[in-house]
Amino acid sequence: MNTLDARGYSCPEPVIMTKKAVEKGLPLTVLVDSMTPVNNITRFAVNAGYKVSHKPAGDDFEITISK
Amino acid sequence: MIQTVDFFPPIVDDPYTFGQIAAANAISDIYAMGGVPKLAMNLICFPSCLDLKIMEEILQGGYSKVIEAGAIIAGGHTIEDNEPKYGLCVTGYAHPKEILANSTAREGDILVLTKSLGTGILSSAAMAEILPEKDYKVMVGMMSHLNKYAQEAMMPCRPSACTDITGFGLLGHAFEMAHGSGLTIELFSDHVPALPKALELAREGVIPGGAYNNMGYLEKDVEIAKRVPLELSDVMYDPQTSGGLLIAVPEERVEELCSRLTDKGEEAHIIGYTKAFDGKSIRVL
Repeated sequence: MNTLDARGYSCPEPVIMTKKAVEKGLPLTVLVDSMTPVNNITRFAVNAGYKVSHKPAGDDFEITISK
Repeated sequence: MIQTVDFFPPIVDDPYTFGQIAAANAISDIYAMGGVPKLAMNLICFPSCLDLKIMEEILQGGYSKVIEAGAIIAGGHTIEDNEPKYGLCVTGYAHPKEILANSTAREGDILVLTKSLGTGILSSAAMAEILPEKDYKVMVGMMSHLNKYAQEAMMPCRPSACTDITGFGLLGHAFEMAHGSGLTIELFSDHVPALPKALELAREGVIPGGAYNNMGYLEKDVEIAKRVPLELSDVMYDPQTSGGLLIAVPEERVEELCSRLTDKGEEAHIIGYTKAFDGKSIRVL
């Protein structure tokens, strides 16, 4: 599975990075450090027709995007 | 006498434009309160490593808006800071009987909004350099546009309440009006003017953190009907810089208000009305 580490970036960078990473193949795991990118990446993935879920990973969040 | 102060870091790259936007935003409070701006003082934070020409351009941008507002600039204060910031402290006058508050709406008032929503989302895309030039122009035009003309159109219609839409978004500022007035505001989502590009960006997940903060603190006070598309409610929470006026006016004056606004070339959107408090401050239908 591809992994993207978008921690430390402020919005909208994580969603822009995710968009590019998705083009390289799914499933994809994205690590982010706050709920704003979780919400933004979820909106992007849902509207692009992908399945998306997230769970806490320590102080961060792990988002999984698949077809 | 009315006094207000507001300043913030650059939201666009061009210093002159930034100055204009910061000034229009700072003066807006005076307009929302039914006043006329008379005197402004510059507040500026500036890094020593930046070319002073940039500061000059920011100040010139601000000056142009203060002059357009019919006020004068009387000095100000500058300090050294890592990141530039600019804004104004503005003094205005209003007749005590004409001062407007955001907490004095009356049951049955109609709500009129004078600028479309979504500039927070657009600025966030502009910062990430993914905003097309034509949308950037629309955004800058809206944010640097003074609420002077909308206010001049509204005053003869004797509004019951007014506020300007800024950081708390439409729903945050509408909540303050509803809560302060002890009423419920019902908004017709189909009539809420959202910039098409902002809706598109919201669907792509380009939404500033401030919009989610607004959603968080308004959670218990706002009810949004299921039929309302998510991107539209996102835009309704979007923090605006130098947003439009939200005007509460008695029903019999609303037609006059809209035609006065339109005559001045301003936007005029009837977006909802007030009713007796029913347990929720805001309902979006």
